[in-house]
Order: sequence, then C-alpha cells, then structure tokens
Amino acid sequence: MELLQYALDNLGLLGTRTLEHISLVGVAVGIATLTGVPIGIAITQNERVARAVLYVASIIVTIPSVALFGVMIPILSLIGQGIGYLPAVIAVLLYSQLPIIRNTYTAIHNVDPALREAARGVGMSQRQRLRMVEIPLAVPVIMAGVRTAVVLNIGVMAIAAYIGAGGLGTFISRGISQSDPRQLILGAVAVSLLAIIADYALLALQKRLTPKGMAVSSATA
Amino acid sequence: MIRLDNLTKVFDTPDGAVVAADHISMEVPRGEICVLLGPSGCGKTTTLKMINRIVRSTSGKVFLDGEDTSGLDTEALRRNIGYVIQQIGLFPNMTIEENITVVPKLLGWDKQRYKTRARELMDMIAMDAEAFLKRYPSELSGGQQQRIGVARALAADPPVMLMDEPFGAIDPINRAVIQDEFLKMQAELQKTIMFVSHDIDEAIKMGDRIAIFREGKLVQYSEPDELLSAPKNTFVESFLGEDRALKRLNLVRVRDVISDEIGTVVGNDTLTTARERIDAHGYRDAILLVDDRRRPIGVISRDTTGSHQGYCRDHMRGLPAVVNLGDDLRKVASLMFAHDTTWLPCVDDNGTLCGQITQRDMTHHLGSRYRARRSAADSEKPVGS
Repeated sequence: MELLQYALDNLGLLGTRTLEHISLVGVAVGIATLTGVPIGIAITQNERVARAVLYVASIIVTIPSVALFGVMIPILSLIGQGIGYLPAVIAVLLYSQLPIIRNTYTAIHNVDPALREAARGVGMSQRQRLRMVEIPLAVPVIMAGVRTAVVLNIGVMAIAAYIGAGGLGTFISRGISQSDPRQLILGAVAVSLLAIIADYALLALQKRLTPKGMAVSSATA
Repeated sequence: MIRLDNLTKVFDTPDGAVVAADHISMEVPRGEICVLLGPSGCGKTTTLKMINRIVRSTSGKVFLDGEDTSGLDTEALRRNIGYVIQQIGLFPNMTIEENITVVPKLLGWDKQRYKTRARELMDMIAMDAEAFLKRYPSELSGGQQQRIGVARALAADPPVMLMDEPFGAIDPINRAVIQDEFLKMQAELQKTIMFVSHDIDEAIKMGDRIAIFREGKLVQYSEPDELLSAPKNTFVESFLGEDRALKRLNLVRVRDVISDEIGTVVGNDTLTTARERIDAHGYRDAILLVDDRRRPIGVISRDTTGSHQGYCRDHMRGLPAVVNLGDDLRKVASLMFAHDTTWLPCVDDNGTLCGQITQRDMTHHLGSRYRARRSAADSEKPVGS
C-alpha cells in the first residue's frame, strides 16, 4: 500500500523518468538499427568478414555495462560529455549491435537459395534483389533482433542512472543510496513493466511489418 | 533460336579442376523444345544456366537469334529470357499479380499495360484471374504455383525460355496435366525452349529434340524417334533403357500406322453376308458392325455367323474399344492387351470409321527403323569381313 501511495504521489516524476528511459533506449536502438541492418546486409557478401564482425559484436556484449560506462568517462570527457546522456546512448548502441547485426545477417543469409536464383533469373540487379525480395523476407527476423535489443537494453539503461543519464534507474540508485525500498521497488517494477510492454508493442509491429504472404504461410503451417 | 558454341565450364574445387560442361556446341531451332537429358552431374543444368549466366561460362559463346549474347548486360539478357526452376521460386512476399508482373515492371512497362498482361497470362494458364491475382503463393497448391511460375517466365513474352526440371517437384498426375497444358500453350506461343530433365519419358513427351549428356559432354543430339531407334553408343542405349522400343509407342500416332482397308457390315446385312465378308477379308474372329453414318457400334463374331441365322443387328457383340487417329500407340497397345484383341477400329474426331490398326502393323512400323538401320550397317561392311 505504502508503495502504491508513493507511486501515486510521484506519478509526475515517474512519467518523466519513464519518458527519459524510453527516449534513451529508443534513440540508441534506433541508431543501432540504422547502423546494424546495413552492416548485417553488407557482411553477407563475405563470410570471413561476417565472422569477424559478429565476433567483435559478441565480445562487446560481454563487457559489463558498469565497466563500459567507466571506460567511456575519460574518453568522452575530452569533449565534455563524460557522463550523462551521450555515454548512455553509446553503450546501448554498442550492446544493440549484436542482436541486430546477427539477426539481419542470418535472415538475409538464410533466404531460400531458390528465391535468390529466381530473383537473379528474372533479371533483378543486386540492389533490386535486396529491396524487392531479400529485405522484405528478412524483416520479421530483423525485427526480432530489434526487439531483443530493446528488451535487453531497457535493463542496461537502468544502470545508466549512475552516470547521470536519468531514466527509471534513478529511482533504483536513489532507493539504494537513501535506503528507501519504496523508490527501489518502484524503479525495478517500472523497468520490468516497461520491458514487457515494449516487447509486446514491438511484437505487434513485427507482425505488421511481416509481408502478408509470409504471415499466411506461418499461420497455415 | 539458341546456339551454343563450345560452351565450357570448369569449376575449381579443392580436389582440382572439374569440367562440368566440355565444349558444348548445339543449336535449337526457333519454336522447338530441346530437352537436355542425363544422369545427375552430367552437366545439363550447368549448360542451361550458362545461357542466362546464372553460371558464368569459362569459355565459349551463346547466341540467341543469331546475336552473340556476350556483349549484353546480364540483367537485360535475363529479362529477355523466361526462366522456370524446379523449386518454382515464387516470391512469398508478393501477390500472384506482383509475381507474374515482376519482369514487365523491371522492364519499365506502364501500370495499365502490365495489369492487362497479368490477366492475359492467367487466361493462358487457365487460372481465374479474379480468384488468384490478389492471393499469395503460399495459398496455392504446388501445381498452381508452378503454373504461375511458367506465367511469370512468359510475362514479357521472351522469345527464349529456359526450364530447369520445371515439373520435377509436382506429383505424377498433376505433372502429366501441366505437361499437356504446356505443350498446348507452346503450340501457340512457339517459344524456343531449353528444358532440363532427368526423366526419359518426360523428355520424349516434351522434346522436339533431345540432347543426352554424360560427364560434361554432349553425347547425342537427335529427335526423340531417332534417339530411341538409333542410340549412338552403349551409354545412350542403357540410359534409354531396355524398353526403349516401347517408349517409341508414345511418339507414333494411330494415323501413322492405320490401314484404311477394313471390312464392315451394317445392321441390315444378314449373318450370311457377314460370314462371306469375314472369309473374303481373311478375318480370324469377327467383323465390325457400323451404323448408317459409318460409326462403329459393335462386332459380329465368326462363331455367331456359323451357328445362327438372321440379321446382324440382332446378333452383335459390344465393341471392345475404339481408338482415335490422334491417339499414340502406347494407348492402342494398352487397349489391345486389356481387351485381348489384335486389332482395333480407328475413328476420326467425328467418330466416323477411318480404318483399323493391328498389332502386326504396329510391330512392323516400329521394327522398320531397326531393319533400315541394320541393312545400312550391313551394306557399309567391307566385302569379305
């Protein structure tokens, strides 16, 4: 009850923090999508490059977020951005690369060779093949990667409160430093709920973006 | 017209160079279907795919309608060649309409024109445009999908088509139907077609010419009847099978073998007349009974004429079977075996009697090629050998 009361009393703040959180993750994963998808497509051309890129992306994900923030502070301090918004976005951007690049690569790579041959056979250029056939077919899997990135990084972003990036993590960090379980639990619950809601919202988007003919086949299969 | 000039493909593999197609030279005249036939790995598919550069040739040239294609842009070349593959390869993200108009769109046709074309194509493959154009490939059966695959290849009316085992993945019943439909379409469209198959029966049915491949080499390139009656070497012989003479039954029509001499009786003739005619023609067991428009309606058996009196119309037995001038000998042979008879009456499309076909005529016709060949071979032998 006490917790609910606290939440209601601080509804405005909760809203602000939630929006901050969404904007941080949204911007970071948005940029990650814009970079990761082209990278994922590009590396389908060369298997050796693909393996190297995916390897690097996998290593990045293994770096603990606290360590990553720590590393970025001195580097970004050079341009006066050691803490706050920028390092938080960069961290999430980096973490998002793996699921997005990997899913894009896998999806394009796994396009049925017969379809690729048919696309060549009708006289599509490589660009046309990507635009008209391969990317549309890859969209569901690419979107699944984006979803993974979002859900993963909603959690990571909670830690970014420690470098002053704001977001729902602020409740958690204050709750710990002030020994206030109300704030701690409110932050934790809010982060979890946000992750779940984001997951469902993106799943709905993924279904919408899935080409119609493929939705039919998966429904009947 | 398709002409291949010393077309060669060498694949570099870890085990060294493999010659997949070795100096293939051949020509498919305009409007004909040439079937490339052979065991797997014989180079037939590689040869086909070098024509639209799905496989890059190592050396050699491809001419389409006399024009050397090596100067053409790859995409432009492919848009000008219809391509049908075994896996069909319809784009699942596109509707049927989008699938079959993909080449016209790539060629920059305006919307009105390619929409009209889509409907024409659906008519051509006998599918209902309204019912199917807005649907997706996954909603169609395999046979329907392959018809759409053929329509897509025909969309921009290319003079040349390449078909890589196009009906291989379809169940046998549907395959026969689609083959027949395709042949009917081809009779009108007169495309120049290269068609890969590993099925000898399909090759005989579809091909105006058949090219037999083995280990990257073109072994024999002949018309089907020539191929079956005069295989060039033991490989071709064994590939065609022990029953290759029987396969020729598919190629010969009743009208090629029919003998128009046939004795008949009508209903008002007496059995005595029937007996006289049976004897006059030397028939062993029966004579055909026709109606006043010379349509076969029954037979009068020899035994009946001996044991009974009266008119033929009262003593006829049912007709075992009747064959049409356009039927192939395979059907005739099958009917003869089924009805335990050595002859069958032949009719034209109106059902009017044209003559008869006998087992003797059939074996004689099929055997004449062998005899001609053997006597030619004998006469070539040097004297004294």
